[in-house]
Amino acid sequence: MRRRDFLYLSGMGAGALMLPDLSAFGKTIDPAQALERVDVAIKKELADVALNTAKSNGATYADVRIGRYLNQFVVTRENKVLNVANTESYGIGIRVIANGCWGFAATNDVTKEGMAKTALKAVAVAKANAKIGGAPVQLAPQKGYGEVSWKTPLTKNAFEIPVKEKVDLLLNANGIAMAGGANFVNSVMFAVNEQKYFASTDGSYIDQDVHRLQPSFTVTKIDPSAGSFETRRSLSSPVGMGYEYLDALESEKVGGITPRYKKRYDMLEDIKFATKQAAEKIKAKSVEPGKYDLVLDPSHLWLTIHESVGHPTELDRVLGYEANFAGTSFLTLDKWKSGKFNFGSKAVNIVGDKTQVGSLGAVGYDDEGVKCKKWDIIKDGILVNYQAIRDQAHIIGLTESQGCCYSQSWQDVQFQRMPNVSLQPGKTPLSVDNMIKNVEKGVYIIGDGSFSIDQQRYNFQFGGQLFYEIKEGKIVGMLNDVAYQANTQEFWNSCAQVCDESDYRLGGAFSDGKGQPAQSSAVSHGSSTALFKGVNVINTKRKIG
Amino acid sequence: MAILTKEEAQALLKKVLAYSKAEECEVSVNGSEGGNIRYALNAVSTAGDISTMGLAVTSVYGKKAGTATIDEFDDAALEKVVRRSEELAQLAPPNPEYMPMLGPSEFKEEITFNPTTGAMTPDSRADLVAKSLAVTKEAKLTAAGFLENSTGFSAIMNSKGLFAYTKGTDVTFSVTTRNEAGTASGYAARGFTDVSKLDTFSATKIASTKCLSSSGAKAIEPGKYTVILEPVAATYMMENMFRFDARSAEEGRSFLSKKGGGTRLGEQLVDPKVTIYSDPFNPDLPSSTWSGEGLPREKTMWIDKGVVKNLSYSRYWADKKGVKPLPGPGNIIMEGGDASIEDLIKSTERGILVSRLWYIRMVDPQSLLLTGLTRDGTFYIENGKIKFPVKNFRFNESPVIMLNNLEALGKQERSISVESYRSYLIPPMKIRDFTFSSLSDAV
Repeated sequence: MRRRDFLYLSGMGAGALMLPDLSAFGKTIDPAQALERVDVAIKKELADVALNTAKSNGATYADVRIGRYLNQFVVTRENKVLNVANTESYGIGIRVIANGCWGFAATNDVTKEGMAKTALKAVAVAKANAKIGGAPVQLAPQKGYGEVSWKTPLTKNAFEIPVKEKVDLLLNANGIAMAGGANFVNSVMFAVNEQKYFASTDGSYIDQDVHRLQPSFTVTKIDPSAGSFETRRSLSSPVGMGYEYLDALESEKVGGITPRYKKRYDMLEDIKFATKQAAEKIKAKSVEPGKYDLVLDPSHLWLTIHESVGHPTELDRVLGYEANFAGTSFLTLDKWKSGKFNFGSKAVNIVGDKTQVGSLGAVGYDDEGVKCKKWDIIKDGILVNYQAIRDQAHIIGLTESQGCCYSQSWQDVQFQRMPNVSLQPGKTPLSVDNMIKNVEKGVYIIGDGSFSIDQQRYNFQFGGQLFYEIKEGKIVGMLNDVAYQANTQEFWNSCAQVCDESDYRLGGAFSDGKGQPAQSSAVSHGSSTALFKGVNVINTKRKIG
Repeated sequence: MAILTKEEAQALLKKVLAYSKAEECEVSVNGSEGGNIRYALNAVSTAGDISTMGLAVTSVYGKKAGTATIDEFDDAALEKVVRRSEELAQLAPPNPEYMPMLGPSEFKEEITFNPTTGAMTPDSRADLVAKSLAVTKEAKLTAAGFLENSTGFSAIMNSKGLFAYTKGTDVTFSVTTRNEAGTASGYAARGFTDVSKLDTFSATKIASTKCLSSSGAKAIEPGKYTVILEPVAATYMMENMFRFDARSAEEGRSFLSKKGGGTRLGEQLVDPKVTIYSDPFNPDLPSSTWSGEGLPREKTMWIDKGVVKNLSYSRYWADKKGVKPLPGPGNIIMEGGDASIEDLIKSTERGILVSRLWYIRMVDPQSLLLTGLTRDGTFYIENGKIKFPVKNFRFNESPVIMLNNLEALGKQERSISVESYRSYLIPPMKIRDFTFSSLSDAV
């Protein structure tokens, strides 16, 4: 392909109505630059400068991350391309332990001088902080891996796909929505490539090439006479894979009241249904508040898992390191130590997994040079483990980290972040239809909506995209204004059934926020459809005059 | 050096513009320097020091625009970035919403930079944190906190003669104090342009007092209550309302859209005691005097005595609607009264004092219905006195409905949002019939 064809439509610099401040993602580049690579030998040479400078100036441990973070946004609205932007953020982050205390410094001056200066700054920060006091950092031992590499398994690198192809897909999708009677439609293709080089005084030199993709849309239907509007967002998932996710495949679809998708996504089909459903939502019956059995689709349940299981099992939260921002956790160490804490019913089995193919959290090694793995967090309803990194492992009796360390960029310090946390499918064959047959009074919820949970992860409230009333084993129509509230432990103990593996799908988010300064992390959560008995449903309709 | 002076920025941008062969060209440069300390369990957990600088060029042919950026500043790199932006512009489709670049404009001198804040170091940050920890160690409490300072600059210049420069500083501090048993918690947050106004010792004292008074919280029934929202709670709640965008209102998808079409402009939206405006020259909360679109920012009334006074119009939308463009708010100031929080408590027969809110999310953008929770100090008030701490609540409430149930406003103060860390000038407020929908066991 000629460079001109590859660049066609690229680098539009105006009208980014749907994007956050692009400068937050780095500098804008042309898409061809995204295919250039930084030589590993050069990175190793630079990393050694940082490690040697840190050590010779009093650091007992040092690690350096040379990160090149690429993003591509293609943003459209109705029949217009609003923005095509390729951004690159390239720099170094150096973390050290000096005088028993952590120090960190970062710069985008990726030269030997920049490395040395930044390493000195990191040591100075550590020494300044050591004066405040506190227990010295205790790192779990980590063998050096030498020079190793890892790459997201993919068949189509999204950055190699011409922008025009992405624009055509989005505008085709928008066209279907407008022809179907939508008032507004926005669609976005967001691709991420993290080219991360990690080196540490343990003797690891790890080169990783991580790819993620998120196609999404929002269809809006307006009823001006009533002064009301409704939206339906896409049922796609953000994924840790390449552009092959957009190659629709019948075998990767889940049928039922609306199509849902596994490892391949049919955007044109989804938007056709979304357009009808947005209009249906305007006329849908407003829910009667009360107790209902909830049938929760994986496209919805991923967020409930994320908030009520993923976050409270983060060890740094349990210990109090997040107390000033996101909070602490009700899953205190005594509950884990007892070996008897009933987090959920026996149907609830939840794993942490940084190796799951196609997931957002999948990498070869974490951001402090630990090989990734899979482990049980909730086993037959009992809390059996947390998520930990190197300086926490000893607290829960581990001899090595679980590989949960991550930083959103070179300029942020790495810390404990959630791996993929997933509800395991039921072992007994069970379809969604058969699950619904046994529900007397329930609500079937598809897609994620609003979400909120308290600072210890007890009380939560979740909305959704689509709500269907279930009466005497049958879906009888659409509902609106639905949200459910529950207490985490009560909710997971009310889990009566989980469908089998044939229904298992991943949901997830690109932007799980945590830490100060706040950082985003991408994480997936898998499940099959699950049934929760007697959950409190509220009505969210309000009038403001 | 990541912070350029006005003269240095002007010289650099002129040099870059000289390379341009496009019909229109705009160059911007920005940089920041800063650092932070995060502490927990009474010791530093992470800390960092960061400096960055970058330059962006947008070239335009007709309605076709292309942008490229760079973080190298030698002559060859500067010419290369201009050529790349020109190439991308030639290949871009026409953007129907592109507006021609603006010519020269007068931007008033800003008051956003403070040299003391600009001179902060890892040691000065550590000293401020040490003062905070002294309080909690003395009170036998555990502290987790965060201190962050930044100095940033931004400048734009275009081929039509527009030049604008801004430089600013900011420091924010927040601290959460918890007792050993984990049964009580308190919080304080501060944000300033001038670090010499930051007293981490007294802020931590307040957080510690809140914590010590929170022990033994009782559960009371959720329902509708009169509440007193302290500024940090009110800020976080109100932050979701400060979107006075004309386009989404006119498109019918905003809380400012009107039934039957049109917007709520000129209508009484909330209680007459509510006046909200932005003013870049407010000494307690200065902001930039120009917007990203290169428009001057002046004092702008958004809600005046409860009436929607202005909506912001981008240049494109203003042109389409035949009105003057109006940039969105660079800061938000809400007028208050003279009452202290103590006065508001004294005048309350039965109610709840809310120190902080948490995890607020939009439930319904049409009514601006939000859900979230109280946190770090929630107290029951009876006959003008705080009686006892109460367990936290989840609320489901709209700031628009809330401001229609406004009983009184206290004295305005600078406060930060606990999620975005943006600073606002917001008064404490007393609200009747605030909807608490369930109880939370969280401390």
